[in-house]
Amino acid sequence: MATEYTFPENAAKAPAAAPDFGPERMSISMGPSHPSTHGVLRLQLELDGEVVTKADPVVGYLHRGDEKIAENMTYNQFVPYTDRLDYLAPLANNVAYAIAVERLAGLEMPPRCQATRVVISELARISSHLMGLGAFGIDVGAWTVFLYTFTEREKLYRLFEELTGARFTTSYTRIGGAARDVPDGWLDRVGAFCDQFLPILEETLALLTRNRIFIDRTADIGVINKEDAIAYGLTGPNLRGCGVPLDLRKDRPYSGYEQYEFDVPVGSKGDSFDRYLCRGEEMRQSVRIIRQAIKNFPGGAWYAEDAKRIFAPPKDKILTSMEELIQNFMLVTEGPQMPPGEVYFEAENPKGALGFFVVSKGGGVPWRLKIRSPSFCNLSILPKVCVGAMLTDIVAILGSFDFVMGECDR
Amino acid sequence: MTATADVATFLTERFPLVAGRPSLDYPAFNAPAAQVLEVLRGLRDEAGYDLLADVTAIDWSAAKSPRFTVVWHLFSTVGHQYVRLAADCADDAHPSMPSATGLWPGANWHEREAYDMFGLTFAGHPDLRRILMWDGYPYFPLRKDFPLAGLDTALPDLAVADETGVSVKPAPYMGGPFVAAPGSTIEAGEPRAKDQSWSEGQEKPKET
Repeated sequence: MATEYTFPENAAKAPAAAPDFGPERMSISMGPSHPSTHGVLRLQLELDGEVVTKADPVVGYLHRGDEKIAENMTYNQFVPYTDRLDYLAPLANNVAYAIAVERLAGLEMPPRCQATRVVISELARISSHLMGLGAFGIDVGAWTVFLYTFTEREKLYRLFEELTGARFTTSYTRIGGAARDVPDGWLDRVGAFCDQFLPILEETLALLTRNRIFIDRTADIGVINKEDAIAYGLTGPNLRGCGVPLDLRKDRPYSGYEQYEFDVPVGSKGDSFDRYLCRGEEMRQSVRIIRQAIKNFPGGAWYAEDAKRIFAPPKDKILTSMEELIQNFMLVTEGPQMPPGEVYFEAENPKGALGFFVVSKGGGVPWRLKIRSPSFCNLSILPKVCVGAMLTDIVAILGSFDFVMGECDR
Repeated sequence: MTATADVATFLTERFPLVAGRPSLDYPAFNAPAAQVLEVLRGLRDEAGYDLLADVTAIDWSAAKSPRFTVVWHLFSTVGHQYVRLAADCADDAHPSMPSATGLWPGANWHEREAYDMFGLTFAGHPDLRRILMWDGYPYFPLRKDFPLAGLDTALPDLAVADETGVSVKPAPYMGGPFVAAPGSTIEAGEPRAKDQSWSEGQEKPKET
């Protein structure tokens, strides 16, 4: 990203070497209920004056045992649990989980279902990034941004509610399709949202991008180089902010992403400001993808019609036809029937690559379901990044990482 | 050599002990536990799989031997390909595996999680502590013999536990989970087939 943000006094400000404050170190526990930890992350810090000499993230306060739970229920019953992973983008989690299990079954979705999933994934990305930017702004003292972004999120919630019946915990996808088809006129309202959203997004980003205080707080803070980012398994905007142009939507296209034109923004320095810039640009690209998708929205089936042992038949047929009634009964009692095997699928979610590793022994219940959570991997680099930073910079680093503890702790 | 080249040819020529593994998607291989680090290093440095996406374990149940399998997923940021590597742990009672933290610092937390959930030790790991459960938690929850509802456990802070006499209780589960496990009948998944103490004729027992 070739944005210029050099101020002569910044060079003097940056702590090149940790100043020597003598032998005394202070141990301080930041979190689990610190406002800048966005949930329940605890950082056990060791300070030399204001400079962090050691950082040990303590995670697990939100551990609910989702993987254990998944081993004890049918595939569709686990969909609501995926809402509660990255609870700022539940629709994207639903999509990632559904595609992972469909890969296990060897199912290919019809174009209408794929396009729906692209639209909702991108809407979820916008919603998540809006939250990320708003909270980042608050962390470094820019309150107004949050008010702008939350107004837009509220409009997105209305769209989600119309599609799924829930604002927050959507549980929209099913293995082999979705809970329902797109409602009449919904796509027009998504288009209208995009039209009014872009000017507001520009206005919102303008509050930060050339904001002197924001740049002072974030530029050259939390710098990560490419090699470290890859070695620690960073993904998503945090990896792209370091200059690695890796986007699974482009590099491993799924759900028909190869049909859409969009750019992958990358940062140049790998600091907190670059990560912010990447998220801002990604929202513009998401709008671009959504516009292409709804312009040529495919007709036809919205679920896999031939997958009779995986996806439930339409309700009117269940109530009138014996065969469909039996099919539905078997699906509800025994779950969608899967072949034995192992599948790993990663989707490009707002926070990074959300992966599901499914081990099946056949039948309707997974033997093992591992959730590879991007926030967990992204946070594992904190002990390296935080050392040498000032205590106040920790807030700017955490805000730029845009993690979610529900996903990190599972 | 780039990641787009055939990873199967590379592995079988370079490491004759590596064998193919059944997979529904990406190339997958089994490696002997003693050789895992070499294979991972070869995949990283020679085949271009530079991003360690995931490390996890599978418990094949207490009746099976080998009981634990460790699974690595690697991704190439250049060739955009995945590969899966798996290795069985030899000792079922004290499963162990060489640590990949020397190759990828990102393996640190993944291996801590596998230790936390399965009780797998990773030889050479610099800081093998629990990560999701609290320090001092006595069980390994993702093992198949650990019940879904959990087990009665002392509170993390033993001083508080002594003073209050309170412990972490298993979830009130009432006969769940209400699904038919693979290979069993539908009746086995019925709630009342598992727990007769709570039905229309009988009141729900009070939680202690």
